[in-house]
Amino acid sequence: MVSASVAGRLVRSALVWIVLVGLAVVVLYPLIWMFLNGFKTNTELFDKPFALPSRFGWENFVAAWQQGVGKFVLTSVSLTVLATFFTEAIGAWAAYGLTRVRIPLNRTFTVVVLAGLMLAPTVALVPLVKMFQGWGLYNTFLGLLILYTAFRVPFTVFLMRAYMMDLPLEVDEAAAIDGASRAAAFWRITLPMSKPIIITTIVLNVLTNWNEYLFAMVFTSGTGLQTLPVGLADLMSKNGTQYPLVFAGMTMAAVPMVILFFVCQRYFVRGLAGGVGK
Amino acid sequence: MTTAPASIRPAVARDVKPVRNRQPVHSRERWRNIVWLIPALAVLAVFVYWPLLQNIVFSFLKWNIYSGEQTFVGGANYAELATDPIFGKALLNNAWYALISIVVQVFGALALAAIVESVRSERMRKAFRSIYFIPSAISLTVAGLLFYFIYQPQSGMLDAFLTSMGLGQYAQAWLGHESTAIFAIIAMSQWQGFGYSVLLFSVALQRIPVELYEASAIDGVGPIRRFFSISMPLVREMTGLMMIVTISGAFQVFNEVMVMTSGGPNNSSQVLGTWLYHAGFLNNDFGYAAAIGVAIFVITLILAILQLWMSRSRRVEW
Repeated sequence: MVSASVAGRLVRSALVWIVLVGLAVVVLYPLIWMFLNGFKTNTELFDKPFALPSRFGWENFVAAWQQGVGKFVLTSVSLTVLATFFTEAIGAWAAYGLTRVRIPLNRTFTVVVLAGLMLAPTVALVPLVKMFQGWGLYNTFLGLLILYTAFRVPFTVFLMRAYMMDLPLEVDEAAAIDGASRAAAFWRITLPMSKPIIITTIVLNVLTNWNEYLFAMVFTSGTGLQTLPVGLADLMSKNGTQYPLVFAGMTMAAVPMVILFFVCQRYFVRGLAGGVGK
Repeated sequence: MTTAPASIRPAVARDVKPVRNRQPVHSRERWRNIVWLIPALAVLAVFVYWPLLQNIVFSFLKWNIYSGEQTFVGGANYAELATDPIFGKALLNNAWYALISIVVQVFGALALAAIVESVRSERMRKAFRSIYFIPSAISLTVAGLLFYFIYQPQSGMLDAFLTSMGLGQYAQAWLGHESTAIFAIIAMSQWQGFGYSVLLFSVALQRIPVELYEASAIDGVGPIRRFFSISMPLVREMTGLMMIVTISGAFQVFNEVMVMTSGGPNNSSQVLGTWLYHAGFLNNDFGYAAAIGVAIFVITLILAILQLWMSRSRRVEW
């Protein structure tokens, strides 16, 4: 009896490892393939898709960078950084207002801000194009910046509000007794205490902005303003014969976000758990 | 008094006011506090809610963007929706997207999270969770382009793999056939997104008190029954949330379809988002595009209401 249950446990544990490791291979193999393809020549890519590149030179990466990826990266970085900054500022102010400040119709405003969570950007696409054409924001960096900022506000407030609700009120009261103004309490007490959720939302907003495609494609068509995702898709349709170049570009687009995730992982998981699980 | 678990502690900030606000504050001063919300309310009103309302109005117009001509046509765009076979096809494709994503990214991810959490070594658990999450960090565009190559008939990895396994007869142009294109895209999307769900479910599972597992172990309950009778009921709230988020996401798909097939071949992989884009920006039919937008809005609205209703009535406490 004992040996049967031991054998059963061994089989089970072997199955567990086969599933876990097998999936890890399914996830990692295509990514490694993508990275290696950036070093191949076109012939190598087509004739021996599984083989290692014959040599590791960075020519494809350099060529991809010069053929536009450098410019796309610049656009994507500035857009991501600025939009994330504005979303964080607007979101933190609103979350503070909704949780710490007495405001009339507080509940109504909460619903108004959070209801934005469920709206798909596609639903607003046609009127936004029309509006931005009228305001001269179509095909501009500013236009894209506004869209990226606005559409991330509900999710950011959602997570920050859940976090700030759990912060002890005593510190606010102590600050008030010490004569600190509301603004000072926000900047010097609540904001520093919210560091984990701020990091979480920054990571999520950076990921979303860096990877955004719909707005970038519709609002910057055929200009020098393409972001990395749109630029890469263009690069492929234009450079249909130079696949290794496209792979090099894809690797350059993916690596920064993977690094960001691993660096911020600890905070990210905790903050996400606190907000979404509530 | 001992500290209560977080779930049964009263929500602090919503009801209890800070000390200095206990005296009735002059209402004008309270209205002045609205400055905290003004930036958020302003950007949402102008760039999210106003376009949404306009979209509903637009859906009753026939409108050419280049000539600027607008005519009120009543429900004509909606009548067109009802008879448009590609709209029906798109709806069906979104439904497939939702169904497969629920199986893989909700129930599959939950089971997988339970398996990951059953591993003894904390470091291995963390390693698996992180590896599975990597595709979620890279963009759908990059993932879509990558799988575009993987699905290629000659140089692609998938067909080469099938051939090397002696399954060459199944090798085909996965994105080039009407019957397989949408499913090839959906498969890519599962690869890209399941790690995110595993991460969330892992966190939810970690919050289940260890005592419950210990008690069940003493009672001689095996791991599979433990999963169904302890883990699953106790993460029910997260499961419900994930289902709604997943279905809602499945009806908003755009990016990967656009990158991999643009809805082709012969509109077979069209989804609501790409069909809206097609109608508005390739056929210049803004009114019809707006009507598709309203359809997406109604579907996501119903799902959001469902989510609110579920989170209120199915709160699990322990």
